[in-house]
Amino acid sequence: MSAAPLLAVSEVETFYGKIQALRGVSLEVFDGEIVTLIGANGAGKSTLMMTICGTPQARNGQIVYNGADITRLPTHQIMQLGIAQSPEGRRIFGRMTVMENLRIGASVTDPAYFDEDLERVFALFPLLKERQNQRGGTLSGGEQQMLAIARALMARPRLLLLDEPSLGLAPLVIRQIFSAIQELNEQQGLTVFLVEQNAHHALRLAHRGYVMVNGKITMSGTGIELLARPEIRAAYLEGGAH
Amino acid sequence: MAPFAMNGAKSKMQGGLMEYFVQQLVNGVTLGSIYGLIAIGYTLVYGIVGMINFAHGDIFMVGAFVALIVITALGLTASTGLGLSILALILVLVISMVVASVYGWTVERVAYRPLRGSFRLAPLITAIGMSIVLQNFVQISQGARVKPLQPIISGGHTLMRRVDAQGEFAVQISNMQIFIIVITFSLMVAFTLLIAKTPLGRAQRACEQDTKMAALSGINVDHTISLTFVLGAALAAVAGLMFLLYYGVIDFFIGFVAGVKAFTAAVLGGIGSLPGAMLGGMVIGLIETFWSAYFSIEYKDVAAFAMLALVLIFLPQGLLGKPEVEKV
Ligand SMILES: Nc1ncnc2c1ncn2[C@@H]1O[C@H](COP(=O)(O)OP(=O)(O)OP(=O)(O)O)[C@@H](O)[C@H]1O
Ligand SMILES: [Mg+2]
Repeated sequence: MSAAPLLAVSEVETFYGKIQALRGVSLEVFDGEIVTLIGANGAGKSTLMMTICGTPQARNGQIVYNGADITRLPTHQIMQLGIAQSPEGRRIFGRMTVMENLRIGASVTDPAYFDEDLERVFALFPLLKERQNQRGGTLSGGEQQMLAIARALMARPRLLLLDEPSLGLAPLVIRQIFSAIQELNEQQGLTVFLVEQNAHHALRLAHRGYVMVNGKITMSGTGIELLARPEIRAAYLEGGAH
Repeated sequence: MAPFAMNGAKSKMQGGLMEYFVQQLVNGVTLGSIYGLIAIGYTLVYGIVGMINFAHGDIFMVGAFVALIVITALGLTASTGLGLSILALILVLVISMVVASVYGWTVERVAYRPLRGSFRLAPLITAIGMSIVLQNFVQISQGARVKPLQPIISGGHTLMRRVDAQGEFAVQISNMQIFIIVITFSLMVAFTLLIAKTPLGRAQRACEQDTKMAALSGINVDHTISLTFVLGAALAAVAGLMFLLYYGVIDFFIGFVAGVKAFTAAVLGGIGSLPGAMLGGMVIGLIETFWSAYFSIEYKDVAAFAMLALVLIFLPQGLLGKPEVEKV
């Protein structure tokens, strides 16, 4: 592992109006890692993912990506640095076709890569290839999730942010998506920062994990360490393992 | 005002004739394509920032004035040859589009962007403010009187002719009308392709559907919004030139009435819908023309505005409006 992290979040505070959602969050993601963030509903996980992308911007603290301070950059500039996000709620462009959604995902890349990248995501999600001319809004929830991840991959990211990719999906599809993440990480060295409700799956997949409670990081460790902690088992795993 | 390019208006006593009807159809399509061009600007801006740009009608008016100034400077008259006139008018068109685009861009930058994200009524109020500013600016710099333009493209073609006991009636389409219809339709097609097929059009639609996700995909949202205003203004300038050619007179106030009609067209077609704006423009143009032809020319504006009220009551989503429910 290299000395400087690819992503370093330090003492970040984010507000929605007067409501403070992040209360001094610090964490690091190193090149080539899969790092997961778990926490209860409303803990601030999605807020952190969005704050990394500059929407909303952190009020205090600093976010450094690849050695550069990105805290105050506008969102589209951050995304041009090699960060891509598959956000909470998927946010598929419903009135565009699958293909157009993928083209939007490729907005930040050199068009010369498009065909090659398209083939790569179709290999990962063959279903999308069959549905390439269907409107995004008419895809099933699982198909939309695949599209959201595929769209993020079309940006050729170095750091992929995934916010609950398994939400609402059948166990088989979840396994498929998780193995796709692992494959991308192992074969292409993609760095992944993953938010998951499904803590059991996520902690087994990830090299390291963080636990967020009420806008603060309360615990961190390797996936295996965290899985073994009794307080984690009690809060996030009981009944959740399958 | 009675458009001099409109044919057959004097033959009202012959209403009921097939020929009279066809003539009104030709006139209505000409007018409708002008309204459609303006309506596109309302609909695009509404689609992407969710506001009614009340200054848009005045951008159209500025476009008409720029066209008049350039035509006068070039010394274009009816005696200029047809081919040369058309080339010169295309030059006029381009200049007017560029100048109007600068106005459209500036209005967005100065009056709307700083208010983005504030309460919903704020941009509406500044839009009305910008409309008044533009009107007064033109009134002071160009004078309050109507400005006439001599016909530039003369001649025409007879489509149908009928001779009976009452006399002769011919359905005519003037070269001017052909010029207006050909240019507006080509621009509408080009514009539709731009929105449907190019990266810019895709970015525009992405911002329209989900601004935040567009930004997360690396699209510069502010830039895309600026371009939307620029494109809308450029099309309004085209409409401005066409209006000038069609009616032969303009004043600083034309943007208001034409603007409200084009806005009606956008609502009728389904605000936010590009084909809806063109269709709505056509319908409003036809209603206005037929109303003037068969009922009363004095009440033509009332007919258009009554239409707005009826649409808002009975068909609020418009003819081609987007369904409210979208699976997300
Ligand atoms: N746009 C917003 N405006 C106001 N408050 C917000 C907004 N978005 C989130 N919040 C609040 O910020 C807090 C953190 O929300 P966030 O969505 O980050 O939680 P989360 O950890 O992702 O939860 P979940 O697991 O349910 O997705 C919550 O209390 C939420 O109500
Ligand atoms: Mg969340």
